[in-house]
Amino acid sequence: MPDLPFLLFSLVAAAAAIMVVTRPIAVHALLYLVVVLLALAGLFFALGAPFAAMLEIIIYAGAVMVLFVFVVMMLNLGRPDRDRERHWMAPAVWIGPSLLSGLLLAALWPALRAAPPAGPGSPTVIGPEAVGIMLYGPYVLSVELASFLLLAGLISAFHIGRDIRGTGTGTGTGTGTGDA
Amino acid sequence: MSTTSPAQALLLAAVLFATGMLGVLARRNLLLMLMSIEIMLNAAALAFIAAGARWHAPQGQVMFLMILSLAAAEAAIGLAIILRLHAAGRPTLDADTGNRLKG
Repeated sequence: MPDLPFLLFSLVAAAAAIMVVTRPIAVHALLYLVVVLLALAGLFFALGAPFAAMLEIIIYAGAVMVLFVFVVMMLNLGRPDRDRERHWMAPAVWIGPSLLSGLLLAALWPALRAAPPAGPGSPTVIGPEAVGIMLYGPYVLSVELASFLLLAGLISAFHIGRDIRGTGTGTGTGTGTGDA
Repeated sequence: MSTTSPAQALLLAAVLFATGMLGVLARRNLLLMLMSIEIMLNAAALAFIAAGARWHAPQGQVMFLMILSLAAAEAAIGLAIILRLHAAGRPTLDADTGNRLKG
């Protein structure tokens, strides 16, 4: 039986995720997505991973969500977009995707129910020290690969976001990748 | 002591992944599709953290860091592409009209 904060965070995360995929207005979905990320940070904390919880708040709910907010502001969505979105989200559209993801869930659920129960003893807290030793010990190559990935993301976002007309004022997408 | 069970966290990860997949399949707005992909990535990260808690190993958080950097790069490039499509004179964020991005 899970403890109360874990159950609470789980319910909040699942409900907010469903709200994200059903909101017609992008900003509302974005705010619900922040709620999902904060609830997941609480879950990570409950699972004994405080380092991951803090990174989830700082990088995901902080930096990545700020990128999304910037893009929503620059796109300048209005009432026509909202009406078009409501038109796109007719109930008939949801039948096929709901069947498919329900099928996925039905396939995953029994397999995960059969997972072995919690390990011996109470869940131990794995702090940043153990993670750092592991990162710069056996996993140093994957750290390098992650830095390659971030550099590639920076360069390609700068390349895609550069001003095509050459008037000097860029579209500003290159600046956002500094958060990454 | 009522302990937090990693098995329940795995079930929640499955639910979140299915929800994100529903969003990717059903929505036509590119921005909302990116948000649903973020939900799916977070579900995978939750599964890794839960597995790390189950076996008392820090490798789960190492994989979480990898997913975090992947998600940051993916969000930056995806949003840059959306802005580029918008700057190319596309009136909506419909995912079916991506052929305007020439070059």
